Amino acid sequence: MKRLLVAAALALGVAQPVLAAGEATPPPRQEWSFNGIFGTYDRAELQRGFQVYQDVCSGCHGLYHLAYRHLTDLGFSEEEVKAIAAQKQVPTINDEGETVERPAIPADKFVRPFPNEKAARAANNGAYPPDLSLITKARADGPDYVAALLTGYEEPPADFKLQEGMQYNKYFPGHQIAMPPPLTEGAVTYADGTPATVPQMAHDVAAFLHWAAEPNLEERHQIGLKVMLFLLAATVIFYAAKRRIWADVH
Amino acid sequence: MAAPVAQNRLVRWIDHRLPVFTFLDHELHQYPTPRNLSYWWNFGSLAGIMLVIMIFSGIFLAMHYTPHKDLAFDSVERIMRDVNFGWLMRYIHMNGASFFFIATYIHIFRGLYYGSYKEPRELLWMLGVVILILMMATAFMGYVLPWGQMSYWGATVITNLFSAIPWIGEDIVTLLWGGFTVDNPTLNRFFSLHYLLPFVIVGVVVLHLVALHQHGSNNPLGIDRKGPQDSIPFHPYYTIKDMYGLAVFLLVYAAMVFYAPNFLGDPANYEPANPLVTPPHIVPEWYFLPFYAILRAIPNKLLGVVAMFGAILILFALPWLDRSRVRSARFRPVYKWFFWLLVIDCVVLTWVGANPPEGKFILIGRIATFWYFFHFLILVPLIGVLERPLPLPTSISAAVLGKGGPKLAGAGAPMEKP
Repeated sequence: MKRLLVAAALALGVAQPVLAAGEATPPPRQEWSFNGIFGTYDRAELQRGFQVYQDVCSGCHGLYHLAYRHLTDLGFSEEEVKAIAAQKQVPTINDEGETVERPAIPADKFVRPFPNEKAARAANNGAYPPDLSLITKARADGPDYVAALLTGYEEPPADFKLQEGMQYNKYFPGHQIAMPPPLTEGAVTYADGTPATVPQMAHDVAAFLHWAAEPNLEERHQIGLKVMLFLLAATVIFYAAKRRIWADVH
Repeated sequence: MAAPVAQNRLVRWIDHRLPVFTFLDHELHQYPTPRNLSYWWNFGSLAGIMLVIMIFSGIFLAMHYTPHKDLAFDSVERIMRDVNFGWLMRYIHMNGASFFFIATYIHIFRGLYYGSYKEPRELLWMLGVVILILMMATAFMGYVLPWGQMSYWGATVITNLFSAIPWIGEDIVTLLWGGFTVDNPTLNRFFSLHYLLPFVIVGVVVLHLVALHQHGSNNPLGIDRKGPQDSIPFHPYYTIKDMYGLAVFLLVYAAMVFYAPNFLGDPANYEPANPLVTPPHIVPEWYFLPFYAILRAIPNKLLGVVAMFGAILILFALPWLDRSRVRSARFRPVYKWFFWLLVIDCVVLTWVGANPPEGKFILIGRIATFWYFFHFLILVPLIGVLERPLPLPTSISAAVLGKGGPKLAGAGAPMEKP
């Protein structure tokens, strides 16, 4: 009977989320190099974004679906990717059957910051930092939302009751987010000399995360253009043929 | 036995023993078709082609997919990232479901407007409704396979509907789940059935075509063909018209696949299924929204479920609910307006289904649900009796070409194009 009630509540949409109370501000639209049918990734931007991820986000957030070898897409050489991977240790079983650690290689998946969800929650005041490898596809407005969230921290309104250990963020649904403001001016030192302002870092890391979620975007756009041109030509040819064949019927 | 279909001796040898070539010649080449079919008649073949695209892309996806609750989500991501052109296969399949439904829904509304369900095409229509139901079951189970948040919670909500059936409901739900909650056995059987049902659809499509070819296509005038001057051979006239329509349709489909592949999807399905966290709004894919709106419009669960399924099942009775003997709405001045009201009603239901059932959406949803059933159960029979249809043209060729019209050279016979 209880299950029936729950089901009925779900089916009838009675079970509304706690979050619905505070509707979040829609994130402002930003310029992205990958927008539009000719959109491509900006390699320098992705590398900067990767640096932000490595230096700031990777302490708590994983990229479960990415392997280090994928980083060659960002313009890193094989040697650079090897060096990036080798900074992390992964468990393996040696010839004696003992569990030991070895440096990660490009074929390894990104090493997760925590061994499991409980460890992650224990280290983060009960909150679970989500995996980021699909975050721009798992949120409405994708990269715009991610960039806005990272810059959306502010003082809560006077009448807003903030829970212990939570932050106020105007772009987060419900406005209460467990993640402290991750970016501060100069949190990273960009190799290419770009000034590391908070909006700059937010934009770069959001672009990087969009690549992480949609690594085949450029190939998709390129093939898409060829397919569209082919179909356009086919449409014209078939239309002409149709006109000609039907000429004696009309 | 008709004249030999080919000069080639091998073809003739085969055809003498297994008349496939004669069959193809009859059903795809000479097959007499009304000369006045509009572009609305393209959507049947488009739906058929979408079915083929779905089966082929699905077969390749199944080679790489793992139907296990701990691996399904990751295996889909592996397809998206590491399988050669896996992203293309998946986006074709994902958006293909939507375009299959677009083609099918237009095909159905065309049938409603031109009275294609009327005598002698009642069984043709009913087989089409069977296809629609099978498509819905297949699409629903396919959506569960990536095992994202919306997959899981959609499956939970929809399977739970069966618990509303008195006495045996709970047992049916347990049977569907293969356990006491949506879990790995559910995913396994859904995968199995998702692979099976498309081939069942192919079977029913074959019956649909057999029934179609018995009396041939209806046409925009809705009057029967009176003689060879009203028909043209299917090939080359409708083969080329279908090809042209296909190219246009694929153009739109490809634009979605390549430039907005996730536009029609829900972002929540890019989060792995989590039985402990309910998404803020559980919504099905767009093509189920009207039915979802009907389900939620009725405050009683059992009646809501009955209404939802009834909204589809009512189509089976339509050939007998409509008392008008005139098929085409062109000659039905009253029905025509109510047809368009029904179209608007379905759009409104879709919009309501996409929104949480609160505030104005409750009232709008109820009015739209009422109208849906009012249309089929009250208006259609009533208009059929009370309406005074416009005078029908004497024949298709008369209407198309004006009085009598020139006889079409070679009409009804194989046509050789230069």
